[in-house]
Amino acid sequence: MSSVTDHELAKSGSILSGLSDLREFPDWFRDQQHAAWEQFESLPKPTRKDQAWRFANVGLLDLTPFKISGPLSEDDRKNVLKYSRGLDQYAARMIFANDQLIERDVVSEDLKKRGVIFQPLERAMVEHADLFQKYFMSTEAKLGSAKFAALHKALVSSGTFLFLPRGVEIEQPIEIFHWLRHDNTSIFPHLLLVTDELAKVTVIEHFRSCNRTAPGFACGVNDLIAGPGAKVTYVCDQDWGENVVALQMNSTVVDHDASAMSLNLHVGAKYSRFESLSRLIGEGGRSDLLAVAVAKHRQEFDARTLQDHVAPHTASDLLYKNALDDRARTIFGGLIRVEPHAHFTDAYQKVRNLLLSDDSEANSMPGLEILADNVRCTHGATSGQIDKDELFYLRTRGIPTKVAQRLLVTGFLDEVIQRLDHQAIAAHLNRLIEEKFAVSQRNQID
Amino acid sequence: MKTDTSAVNIDRSKGDFFYPEAHVRDAGVGLSEQTVHYIADVKEDPDWVREFRLRGLKTFLEKPLPTHWASKDLEAIDFDKIRYYLSPGTEAKRSWEEVPDDIKRTFERLGIPEQERKFLAGVEAQFDSEAVYSNIKKAVGEQGVIFVGSREGLKNHPEIFRKWFGKVIPVADNKFSALNSAVFSGGSFIYVPPGVKVKHPLQAYFRINAENFGQFERTLIIADEGSEVTYMEGCTAPKFNTPTLHSAVVELIALKGAKIQYITVQNWASNVFNLVTKRGLAHENAEVKWIDCNIGSRLTMKYPGVIMKGRKARGEVLSIALANDGQHQDTGAKMIHSADETTSNIISKSISIGKGRATYRGLVHVPKHLKNCKNNTECDALLINSTSRTDTYPAITVRGTGNAVQHEASVSQVSAEQIFYMQQRGLTEAQAMSLSVNGFVNDLVRQFPMEYSVELKRLIELEMEGSVG
Repeated sequence: MSSVTDHELAKSGSILSGLSDLREFPDWFRDQQHAAWEQFESLPKPTRKDQAWRFANVGLLDLTPFKISGPLSEDDRKNVLKYSRGLDQYAARMIFANDQLIERDVVSEDLKKRGVIFQPLERAMVEHADLFQKYFMSTEAKLGSAKFAALHKALVSSGTFLFLPRGVEIEQPIEIFHWLRHDNTSIFPHLLLVTDELAKVTVIEHFRSCNRTAPGFACGVNDLIAGPGAKVTYVCDQDWGENVVALQMNSTVVDHDASAMSLNLHVGAKYSRFESLSRLIGEGGRSDLLAVAVAKHRQEFDARTLQDHVAPHTASDLLYKNALDDRARTIFGGLIRVEPHAHFTDAYQKVRNLLLSDDSEANSMPGLEILADNVRCTHGATSGQIDKDELFYLRTRGIPTKVAQRLLVTGFLDEVIQRLDHQAIAAHLNRLIEEKFAVSQRNQID
Repeated sequence: MKTDTSAVNIDRSKGDFFYPEAHVRDAGVGLSEQTVHYIADVKEDPDWVREFRLRGLKTFLEKPLPTHWASKDLEAIDFDKIRYYLSPGTEAKRSWEEVPDDIKRTFERLGIPEQERKFLAGVEAQFDSEAVYSNIKKAVGEQGVIFVGSREGLKNHPEIFRKWFGKVIPVADNKFSALNSAVFSGGSFIYVPPGVKVKHPLQAYFRINAENFGQFERTLIIADEGSEVTYMEGCTAPKFNTPTLHSAVVELIALKGAKIQYITVQNWASNVFNLVTKRGLAHENAEVKWIDCNIGSRLTMKYPGVIMKGRKARGEVLSIALANDGQHQDTGAKMIHSADETTSNIISKSISIGKGRATYRGLVHVPKHLKNCKNNTECDALLINSTSRTDTYPAITVRGTGNAVQHEASVSQVSAEQIFYMQQRGLTEAQAMSLSVNGFVNDLVRQFPMEYSVELKRLIELEMEGSVG
């Protein structure tokens, strides 16, 4: 924030100029935002020397140009609605553009009667203050982005609150769209998902830019709470425009006998950092962390994960796959941590990089910290290229090299997507991957 | 012997300076430019070495402790209380008879003479700072192999020494290599002429015998084209009440087609900080292999590395670490590929007992536009007790389409069923545990020279005593 004065910042409308009380929030929430702002300002900027930012291009994190999002025109709203195409069938959905809710398809009357709450964040913090306060950003951002988590807390203005009471299962996925509109806009998406005992739900989030080349900044936080015996599936497809800097900090808490599965697909953004923290706090808990990335041009995908085994008899399984082309870079920094007394942990972590060009670069840091015994922890990291024999086989069948390569890459990535065991979502994700390979025909709202 | 040090510019008021522990030379306590000048004077260093030392000191003072990633235990080292140079003031002796009796007794406990009689090609023993005894069997000497202390190497073979010294590990590589560059003394200098294959391993023993003492040996091994050499080092220290520091720098250069194998059995007392920088440079078709066993010390930080500079060069690190109560074995490997068709292999096994902590830290770097580079890394950790701890922190960077890298690690514990089975067959629980641990390291130990694998197994048995129950 070097040479720019506070006055200039304020005039430019930069997010760094401070808090503007645009929205009507309860006092306690505003106090919290002010405290978070102070925390954001006092925490140091990350440097490459920080272990949590090793290999990352921290130079891309200059936030000076980014502004608080402006209002949307009627045309913008219409266009965003028109292009918000995700799954054919969904139980409910919310569509945000520039952090403003522009459409909400509510859950069915039946689900509502059974106590399901699906509300914008700002309403939930008033109507369900207890639940909100208990779970909103209750897990510390441990993976390096504490500063940006504080920024998010200070500037978050909307988002999704979803609560499932005991035993409620929602069959179809719940969809959430977040759009970036206008150059240099910043948004702070938030999802607070709380499931009570034995509840079951799938949520899919779509991150999109209206203009594929407009610069922007997205700084999101998700709190995913899987109550005892609950089953939570979270899918995110990150398809920001090519000049967007994105940070996403997700934390999952898995109670006893619960299971949480998350899958992140990365195709967009200039720099996208995705932190996934999964805390296993009750016996019998299980967490699956999946990610797929297709990195091209000069894209940089920076994934940091923590499988934190707090209770004994818990299991976690991570599988991250990256396909890298052109001058793209990926970073994987993952840690399995088995806390003292978390005996009988079963943890697995695997990252696989497929390098498709000579200038691509894959960095892997798979880590283990084991403070208990009677554990079974394994991790693996591989980096390689397309198998020549496989390519040769496809070519002998008359498939052109380019097509064969693409088939092999999609096959490589599809293994992860199939782990979701959800046909419609798998088809949707595969379509985005296909689009990424055929960049020219991208949707553009402008 | 020269005992007149009036020419030496040093603060005598510090006292504790003449003849403590019968050391003729003592650089006093603490580290300053004067300490460095003192050492340079005593050792009659040429100017370029003196400048090298001063540069080391400057870098050491500038660099912070690497506690942003390494153990905070490093803060327990009080650099102002360490004595940086001690020596009995004698030149390295050629024959065993000339070595003073008390030193001889120490070495006899270490078993050097017996081993020498049996198979050793040459022995270099370092007591505190200086080599007190060195000998190379005639045959090796006749082949033109140079095996001397680093000081003698510098004096008698400056043309080889200066060419390679400090080239693999630059002064500013890290804080501790800088410290070593400032105050180094002792260590081995080895040169193997082209095509010479040294049949028997060359050996060195290092021992710290004075309280508060820091040992900073510096070893330089150059294997000329097509030659082969194996070097073994062992280290021990009696336990003093205050922590002791050992910070060595070892540089290996394997020229075209040469092979160097470097074996370490580290068994320092459990209050030694063992912060060592080891790196080899492998030219075309050359091979550098580190075999590294860490049993002792309070905190070991050691990541032997190989820079594969020439086509088809090979690097290998085989390491075993055993961390018992109060110990942190922070070990690992670095593999820097910088030519086509280079291959590297890392196999690391660690055992954590009681409250011990074993850490693997690895770095594998394959830059772009290289073809057919391969790395394989395997790290296995064994946890014995519920309070034991193990960590793995690898960092792997791969660019380009021509290379393959794989890393695998696992953590497990001794299976209760195995122990039960062995107890049924009449073994005690401790015996069963020890057998099980030996089984865990066996496939790696088998690759060691025989004498060492026996010694290592015995050391592991000793460490396992009393760890069960």
